Amino acid sequence: MTDQEVRKKIEVKKATKIFGRNSKRAAQMLQEGKDKEEILKATGATIGVNHAEFDIYDGEIFVIMGLSGSGKSTLVRLLNRLIEPTSGHILLDGEDIVRMSKEQLRKVRREKIGMVFQNFALFPHKTILSNTEYGLEIQGVPKEDRQAKAKEALKLVGLAGYEEQFPNQLSGGMQQRVGLARALANDPDILLMDEAFSALDPLIRKDMQDELLQLHSEMGKTFIFITHDLDEALRIGDRIALMKDGEVVQLGTPEEILMSPSNEYVERFVEDVDLSKVLTAAHIMKQADTVQVDRGPRVALRLMKRLRISSIYVVDKRGQLLGAVTAQDTVNAIENDQSLEDVLIDSLPVVSPDCVLTELFDLVSTATIPVAVVDEQNRMQGIIIRGALIGALSGDGQFINENGVIEPIDEVTEEVMQNG
Amino acid sequence: MDKLPRLPFAEWIDNGLDWLIAMFSPVFDGISTLLASIVEGIVNGLGVIPSIVLAILFALLAWFISTRGIALFTLVGFLFIDYLGFWYPMLQMLALVLTSVLFAILLGIPIGILCSQKATVRKIVNPLLDLMQTMPAFVYLIPAIFFFNIGVVPGVVASVIFSMPPTIRLTMLGIQQVPSDLIEATEAFGSTTWQRLSKIQIPLARPTIMAGVNQSIMLSLSMVVIASMVGAPGLGEQVYRAVTQLKTGVGVEVGVSIVIVAIILDRITQHAGMKKRGGIS
Repeated sequence: MTDQEVRKKIEVKKATKIFGRNSKRAAQMLQEGKDKEEILKATGATIGVNHAEFDIYDGEIFVIMGLSGSGKSTLVRLLNRLIEPTSGHILLDGEDIVRMSKEQLRKVRREKIGMVFQNFALFPHKTILSNTEYGLEIQGVPKEDRQAKAKEALKLVGLAGYEEQFPNQLSGGMQQRVGLARALANDPDILLMDEAFSALDPLIRKDMQDELLQLHSEMGKTFIFITHDLDEALRIGDRIALMKDGEVVQLGTPEEILMSPSNEYVERFVEDVDLSKVLTAAHIMKQADTVQVDRGPRVALRLMKRLRISSIYVVDKRGQLLGAVTAQDTVNAIENDQSLEDVLIDSLPVVSPDCVLTELFDLVSTATIPVAVVDEQNRMQGIIIRGALIGALSGDGQFINENGVIEPIDEVTEEVMQNG
Repeated sequence: MDKLPRLPFAEWIDNGLDWLIAMFSPVFDGISTLLASIVEGIVNGLGVIPSIVLAILFALLAWFISTRGIALFTLVGFLFIDYLGFWYPMLQMLALVLTSVLFAILLGIPIGILCSQKATVRKIVNPLLDLMQTMPAFVYLIPAIFFFNIGVVPGVVASVIFSMPPTIRLTMLGIQQVPSDLIEATEAFGSTTWQRLSKIQIPLARPTIMAGVNQSIMLSLSMVVIASMVGAPGLGEQVYRAVTQLKTGVGVEVGVSIVIVAIILDRITQHAGMKKRGGIS
């Protein structure tokens, strides 16, 4: 998302929620900078959300992430006022939700915000179809219209044909698809997902994440996703707000959170993250030295000698990858007066830039030369060196490209490449 | 204690009742006429049908709602009561029970719903329910006589009051027991209070509400027997007569008849509550 097209969908301004009786006193203590424990001791009030302030952009997947008790579920409920904020403002398309009358709020909930729940919250006495059409039913949409829309939503989540079943006849994953379909049937602008996949087992969870990303790219709605699972947050979030004790401690892209944790808490949080599932080929690839095919074997050999490498990738004039040649083959080609094409090794394994590291291990460990990274047009983007892969996994920042800048192979990695 | 003047509570209550009767006698007369005609209507309506036909009809109803075994028991049980010669008193008792349960439901379910929604209502109703349930059943009969004379009507009124608490309590409980995440879901989709109640909470509370209705039926059955002391007709009247005349044999016969009716009503309504609809587990 570029800066020009960013539009604020939701603006959260100093949203605060204090649970308990002495909320006024607690709010005052909060102003004075007292912490959660002190306030609890003095007033018996619990701080749910403490002056949360951030914007959510139109069309992004915004992840609110934190451990249990961090206030993330409270925060998401402030967005549609299922929980009444103690103070602060929440602007949806510029309108303050906090100041809305009951009727206005109901209208917003019906038309603009859909919600998916952790334990699905399907109505057990209703069929899948009538669960899905619930949001439309209460708006008074005629039966035929709403059933058509509900069926469409069910189709979208891959549950066509299950309309007449009841929730308890479906598996957890399927039930959550119904939950998703129910929220989508209203065609809201915003989808709140409260730990939507946390109750699912890991394999189904991954499928659902993939499908969610797909749905998101097809529909362009704003998704607000709550999770306690950092891997999940990093996987699906465009931006992540990390919460602790009711406060947003860091907000940024997955990369920013991983690479530059703003404080010790975030650091501790991200240190266990499985980097191999987060980092992609683009993060660790190095600039590739290539030779254009029509330069001939002598140029190729000289390049290899100067770079002290034993093989080099060959590209055509447009930068598209043709294959690679080894130094030995190039020497032979010069002796036999052959062109580079004659000794070209094609059908080498290639990967795309967004391939995650877990999928690279096998390839990199069996490859005889560094694995090439190519884009959709088969243009050479970079290469992956074994040393950089291992270095990146150990969390060593020098092996990871920040902000998409690909570093040329420096002396450190050159040495590694020699061995690799 | 001797020094303290004895406050005339009983007198106050009596005066209060007198005042009520004087003020609202047209209302009480109206209620009286309504209840009496409903009971009479049921008795006359059922009385027209030959006992064997009615027994079969009830058996079919039992079969439809619950199981074949209960249907068989219904048929045999009713025929046995007919054989003992208590058919007509049995119909009278049934009419009393049906009428009082009808009103217990009509009043009890809305009150229960109201209690489930408003904490203040709950705070007022709860002690009243405690009072209604712990007060000896006979005590209801005395004011009932004042307001409605003797006969069918005070019996019905007393048993409505006596049998209503379980319906109120279990309606309240059933609605409150609907999981909070479902409530949250209905709210998140923008339901009105009535939509939430009618589409989600009441349907989900149905088995619990039916358990309350079942309890109300059982309580009203016991109350209409006691109500024979104020002249309510039916099997209770037969028991009362057997007791006063020390006729143990007749007493047991009537007692068994009442038990049969109780079992039939209980089993049928229990199944009505549990009857599976769709995916409710």
